[in-house]
Amino acid sequence: MLKRDDVDMIALSDYLILGAILFAISIAGIFINRKNVIVLLMCVELMLLAVNINFVAFSHFLGDTAGQVFVFFILTVAAAEAAIGLAILVVLFRSKRSINVEDMDVLRG
Amino acid sequence: MTLEKLIFYALSAVIIAAAMMVVTRRNPVHSALFLILAFVACSGIWLLAEAEFLAIVLVLVYVGAVMVLFLFVLMMLDIDLAVLRAGFIKMLPLGVIMAIAMAAELILIVGPDNFGLEQYAAPARHAADYSNTEELGSVLYTVYMYPFEIAAVILLVAIIAAIGLTMRKRPDTKYLDPATQVVVKRDDRVRMVSMDAEKG
Repeated sequence: MLKRDDVDMIALSDYLILGAILFAISIAGIFINRKNVIVLLMCVELMLLAVNINFVAFSHFLGDTAGQVFVFFILTVAAAEAAIGLAILVVLFRSKRSINVEDMDVLRG
Repeated sequence: MTLEKLIFYALSAVIIAAAMMVVTRRNPVHSALFLILAFVACSGIWLLAEAEFLAIVLVLVYVGAVMVLFLFVLMMLDIDLAVLRAGFIKMLPLGVIMAIAMAAELILIVGPDNFGLEQYAAPARHAADYSNTEELGSVLYTVYMYPFEIAAVILLVAIIAAIGLTMRKRPDTKYLDPATQVVVKRDDRVRMVSMDAEKG
C-alpha cells in the first residue's frame, strides 16, 4: 500500500455527506412537487443516485467490489422502474388527460 | 487543498445546485435537463472514487436511455402546469424544514466524527494498468451470476410490461394479422379461369 499524505484526501464522510444532502433535497422535492407525478419520479431517481453515491464510496474505501456490483443492479432495477412508471403515466394521461396525483382517486383510497 | 479535493467539491456543488433546480423548476422539461446535469456531475464523482465502469454506465444508461425516455414522455404529454404548481408555495416551508432536519440528522451520523479519515483512511490508488471493468466483470459472471440473470429477467419483465401497458388497439388502423396471413392457401387468393382464346 502506498502511503499518502492523509490530510488533504477526500474522506469517506465527504461522499456520505454529499449523498445525505442529495437525499434530503429529493425528500423536499417530493413534498413540494406532490401533485406532479413526473417530477415525483425524477425525485425518486435523485434518491437512488444519492444511495448509489454511498455504495460507490463505501466500495472505494473498503476495497470491496460488492458495493459496485450492487450499484450495477440498482441501476438495472431503476431503469426498469422508470420504464414501467412512465408507461403507467402515459396510460394514466390517456384516460384522465392529466398527471395530477389528486386525479388518481378511482380506488377511493 | 489538492486538485483532487477541489474537483470533488466543484462537482458536489454542481450536483447539489442541479438537484435544487430539479425540485424547484416550474417546467418539468427544465427539471429533466438539470437531472441530466446532476447525473453527469455524479459520474465525475464516481470517477474520483475509481468506479470507472459505473461512471460510464451512469452516463450511457441513465443519461442516454432513462432521461431520454423521461424527456420523450414529457414532450408527448400536454401538461397543464398551472394546476400542478398550485400548492407549491404552501408546501415549500414544510419541505424545506423536512429537508434541513433530515440532512442535519444524516450529517450528524455520517459526518467526519464517525466516517472521517481517522476511521477510514483513504485507500491507495490502483496501478495504472488496473481495469475496473475487468474486476467487476470477473465477479459479475462468477460470484454474482444468479443475481445477474435475475436482473436480465427483470429487464425483460419491464420491456413486456411497458409494451403491454401502452399498447392499444386502434380500430381505424389497417394492418394484416400475421396468424391469418400464414395459413392462407393458394385457393383463397388465386382463381383459375378457363376461357377460350380471343380471335384477333
